Amino acid sequence: MAELFAYIPHNAGIAEDIAMEYPEAAKKMDAGAALTAVVTGSGADLDKVANAMTDIYASVIKIDNEALAYPNAEVVRKALVNVLPADAIVLLPHNTLGMDLAPGLSIKMDAAFVADVVDIEGCDGKTLKVVRQELGGAVSTHVSCDVSTGAVVTVRGGSFAPVEGSAAGGAVVDKSADAGDLTAKRRFLEVVAAEVGDVDITKSDLLVSIGRGIEEEDNISVAQELAEAMGAVVSCSRPIVDAKWLEKSRQVGTSGQTVKPKVYMALGISGSFQHMGGVKGNPYIVAINKNPKAPIFQVADVGIVADILEFMPELTDAVSG
Amino acid sequence: MSPLIGPASFKFFGVFPAAVFSFVIPVVGVAFFAYIMARRLAPLVKAAPDNRLNDIPRRIKNLAVIWLAQYRQPRYRVAGICHIVIFAGFLILSIRSTSLVIIGLSDGFTLPGFDGALGSIYNFFKDYAATAVLIACIVAAYRRLVTKPSRYSVPEKYGKDHTAEAVFVLAIISTLMISESLFEATQVAAEEAAYGHGVFLAPLSLVWIFKKLVSGMSQGTLQGLHLLMYYIHDLTFFFFLCFLPMGKHFHVITSIFNVFFMRIKKGNIKPVKHGISEEELDELESFGVKRLEDFTWKHMLDFYSCADCGRCSDQCPANAVGRPLSPRFITIKARDLIFKNYPLSGEIYKSKLLVEDIYTEDEIWSCTTCGACEEECPLGIEYIDKMVDLRRGMVDEGMVPQSLQKPLKALEKRGNPYGMMEKKRADWTKEKEFAAQCDVKILEKGATADTLYFVDSISSYDDNIQEIARRTAKILTRAGVDFGILGKAEKDSANEVIRFGEEMLFQDLKAQNTEAILESGVKNIVTADPHAYNALKNDYRGLPPVKHISQLITEKIKSGALTLKHAIHPEKVYVYHDPCYLGRHNGVYEDPREALDAIEGLRRVEMEKSRDRSFCCGGGGLMLFYEPEEEVRMGVLRVNMAAEAGANVIVTACPFCLVNIQDGIKVAGKEGEIEAMDLTLLIEQHLA
Amino acid sequence: MEILVCVKRVPDTAENEFELNSAGNDLDRDDLVYSVNEWDNYAVEEAIQIVDKVGGNVTVVTVGDDESEEVLRREMAMGANNGILLNDDAFEGSDGKGIATILKAEVEKGNYDLILTGAQADEGAGQVGGMLAAMLDYPYASLVNKLEVDGESTIKVGREIEGGNQEMNEMDLPCVLSIQTGINEPRYVGIRGIRKVAKLDIPVKGAADLGLDASTVGEDGAKVKRLDYFVPDMGDGAEMLEGSTDEIIAQLIERIKSKGGLA
Repeated sequence: MAELFAYIPHNAGIAEDIAMEYPEAAKKMDAGAALTAVVTGSGADLDKVANAMTDIYASVIKIDNEALAYPNAEVVRKALVNVLPADAIVLLPHNTLGMDLAPGLSIKMDAAFVADVVDIEGCDGKTLKVVRQELGGAVSTHVSCDVSTGAVVTVRGGSFAPVEGSAAGGAVVDKSADAGDLTAKRRFLEVVAAEVGDVDITKSDLLVSIGRGIEEEDNISVAQELAEAMGAVVSCSRPIVDAKWLEKSRQVGTSGQTVKPKVYMALGISGSFQHMGGVKGNPYIVAINKNPKAPIFQVADVGIVADILEFMPELTDAVSG
Repeated sequence: MSPLIGPASFKFFGVFPAAVFSFVIPVVGVAFFAYIMARRLAPLVKAAPDNRLNDIPRRIKNLAVIWLAQYRQPRYRVAGICHIVIFAGFLILSIRSTSLVIIGLSDGFTLPGFDGALGSIYNFFKDYAATAVLIACIVAAYRRLVTKPSRYSVPEKYGKDHTAEAVFVLAIISTLMISESLFEATQVAAEEAAYGHGVFLAPLSLVWIFKKLVSGMSQGTLQGLHLLMYYIHDLTFFFFLCFLPMGKHFHVITSIFNVFFMRIKKGNIKPVKHGISEEELDELESFGVKRLEDFTWKHMLDFYSCADCGRCSDQCPANAVGRPLSPRFITIKARDLIFKNYPLSGEIYKSKLLVEDIYTEDEIWSCTTCGACEEECPLGIEYIDKMVDLRRGMVDEGMVPQSLQKPLKALEKRGNPYGMMEKKRADWTKEKEFAAQCDVKILEKGATADTLYFVDSISSYDDNIQEIARRTAKILTRAGVDFGILGKAEKDSANEVIRFGEEMLFQDLKAQNTEAILESGVKNIVTADPHAYNALKNDYRGLPPVKHISQLITEKIKSGALTLKHAIHPEKVYVYHDPCYLGRHNGVYEDPREALDAIEGLRRVEMEKSRDRSFCCGGGGLMLFYEPEEEVRMGVLRVNMAAEAGANVIVTACPFCLVNIQDGIKVAGKEGEIEAMDLTLLIEQHLA
Repeated sequence: MEILVCVKRVPDTAENEFELNSAGNDLDRDDLVYSVNEWDNYAVEEAIQIVDKVGGNVTVVTVGDDESEEVLRREMAMGANNGILLNDDAFEGSDGKGIATILKAEVEKGNYDLILTGAQADEGAGQVGGMLAAMLDYPYASLVNKLEVDGESTIKVGREIEGGNQEMNEMDLPCVLSIQTGINEPRYVGIRGIRKVAKLDIPVKGAADLGLDASTVGEDGAKVKRLDYFVPDMGDGAEMLEGSTDEIIAQLIERIKSKGGLA
């Protein structure tokens, strides 16, 4: 079995949650495998995240370079290719950075590439067997991957149980000197922040979607508090937009947005055909409705008969607590 | 012999004959007019073809009823009556005006036949006509300047106010009436002064009043006034003639043609290009109206004929809810563009894409094709075909909003706008309770029936609306109709597909449905969806006769095949909402009402806007997918109208109306106060 | 600017309900409808808009079977100037790298300044663009939602990143970009548009035409293989949670977490 590496994405020195999930993924490949964390960046932020990773990983490689201060995929790729062994198995997040970085990395490492893995069935040293989803999540597939010359694997966040904060007592190895030439044909300029109120519900993995059960405009804030606590975005059905309680861009349905979240929480939504027509990609649907006969319960995965106005604050408390 | 010298004989300063003016003014006037008309005809010559010479008897009837009898005018009471007065006055006075022109060359001229009793009778009436026209002008001017009905106002985005033009023309007409009357009054007054008596004048007419005012004036003053009035009239008359083709009063000239050539058949959509068969469509370089010259000559004539009365927009539901559409300005903007691109002198400008030049895409997509505008227009101006032609052009250019691309693609792939699988089209029959009571035949694998129930997409797939399909099937069963459905062989009727400009997709779906229907061997078709009813009846060819379920219900009640119970809720007040595609487009107003009234003890009221003035609920088919900019939903306005009529149950006979009105009730916050139901539900509940 | 857009014919996620075949190892393909991968339409639209502005040509290419010609025609009806179909039995069973290898061979036959792909397709991997770029040693950006052609040798590219933010980059040409939905509003193509381009010639190229060693592509060259399809067991209707509010909430949170909705 080749060596396993996990690339740790981070924001200003704080590792993203995926860092806690890699160990479980690695364990599913090979229970005894040693997993090395790789962090790239520059200065204090990098040291901070590298040190934090020593709690989880026995070994942490850091690559420090001014050019890596912002994770420009092309620059990160060059550094990784130069630092990692040729037959390494590298885990990356299937997020906007991973999608930018991983495919090219696999080519440069002459390694196999398998993307957006949601489960791992095992690895016999030569062949890795994983579970993926296709067609917007409508179907799942088993995929085999020849890892004999290494592999690049991107992992879907939330698919693997995070490790509890342990004190692995790992050590940081500085491989900055091996990074090599980091000039790139793509140059990062700036990050333009999203406009306030300009929420794109189609890109959210978790939607707190409200319907007529919200009853009054003033209650919208109750849903917003819940969404905030859950890291979700508030969407809605058409009557809410018609009442001008929320902007049109938040409407889910055939006459609104088509959304493909992982989890869709339909709160006080009866589940009309027109509304559900906008919910695609086979998300996990949570339905909460006063009416036990609401059609939404037919299409939902899990249902709760309750008054959302009473239920939402309790859920908010539970999530934030 | 008149004591005054007429314009034909008068010599200015004793030498210069006034007759020169009498000759020059008409000649120059007519020459200018002919030139202007020739320039105005230029775009019509370049326009697309249109066949408007079919069914001449109907066209003559329209001319008699809509043009001559001004049948549509009194739908707006005051303005309508004013218009009838002015129109009738113009007709009567046209004879006088003609003879006046000749009087300038030959004193005391009378038209052949008008020198005896007929002439006296005519003069009597024309004096009152002139008087009535003047009064009508004053009333009209008062309305324009003081009352200011909102339908005349011009929203800022559509340009400047049109009041000045309207009032100017009223002033011109008034000038004609006054000068003509004074011309005559001075003569009669002079005769009276000279001989002690003049000709008999219609009492209290304008001439009569003017004569009272001028009698007592000196002979010289009367002579001067007489001539002055003649030439004021002459100049104004020819100025007016040349002014008509400059603006909204062009209708004075074009209306007779426009009404004669107006559309005769209802409910259908014009072919992509007249003279091009469906098989030849692929050979056309371009589809629809993209530039000005792509309009048909009749549609251009429409633009010329608009009198800017605002009735279309006053009735337009899209305008009422604040969508960016006002049919009046569809016309006015096009007319102004013609005037701009085809100026009276100089070069003709090359036209640009209309949707970039004068219209916006949203404006053209905003129309629900309800037909209220066309129903109202006193001049027979049409809108739906123009909207469809403009949409055909946009579809051809790929300018289709994303919200409509989704359902269009689904229609192409799956034959329904929801993207549901074909094999699930008949799943509505499988609902347990229903399936136990009613077995619906699917006309495949050799199964046959007399009657085809054409379900259409929304009733097949929409969970709530499937109830209409099930009730329809129950009613048909109870009425003893041998019926079946096509199941997965049925495709969307595509009523909105053609109306949204996707002609080839419509042709495709039509061909599939036609083949399936003919293959099934049915002798009749019935549907509960007015959109399907309209498409099959008016846009398809060669199908067995099509009925809407409301027609069949009424027929079966009359024949005794269906009997109804006493009203279950005699305490409730019902109101019937006319679906556009049942009522206005197909004239089915009475059958649904008769069906309701056949339920003994059912209390029914009417909304103010009903029958041919029914207010669209928001549109059906693809319109459910379009996301218009609007301030309020049509359904909400409609629900409020029903509430005003005192109803608490709105009965409709269209699945889309039901969706829109049910939504309207929720949005209007009237749940519990008012409910909506389909006719089939009401009837099925009351089956004895 | 010469632009190549790589497109793919896929089962349409909006118009299909995916079910497994009776053997349970593949999709029931009898009732499936196919169309152009949604993201590819945005890529083609973007290419057309660039060419409308600065001139040049748009070529669409796909690796696929005979039926894939349909999607090339659709994109040509949108306004792409040329279409190329890369079709060979030897290509069948290619993994992402195999597809990228085939496309690379075609790219090297042309002289493209810009190569666009959709951000992802039916398999949801979003891999071919990045692989192709790396093989060609071109710079690459994924999830592009803004594109400004401002110079001869560089372009400005906005990427969609987490939180709805946008990452701006400057890139050397030639480059490869994968295009995210929402960058533009793709124009509509109806049946008529497709019929208009029905007679245009679409060259078909195989492994030999591209000078490809058949063992590097297709099933033989693939390191990654799909073994089967399956649908995780969901059951009928909603599972109703009952009990005290606290119990319900605890169960609910656990479920949402397991489905990736809560971190």
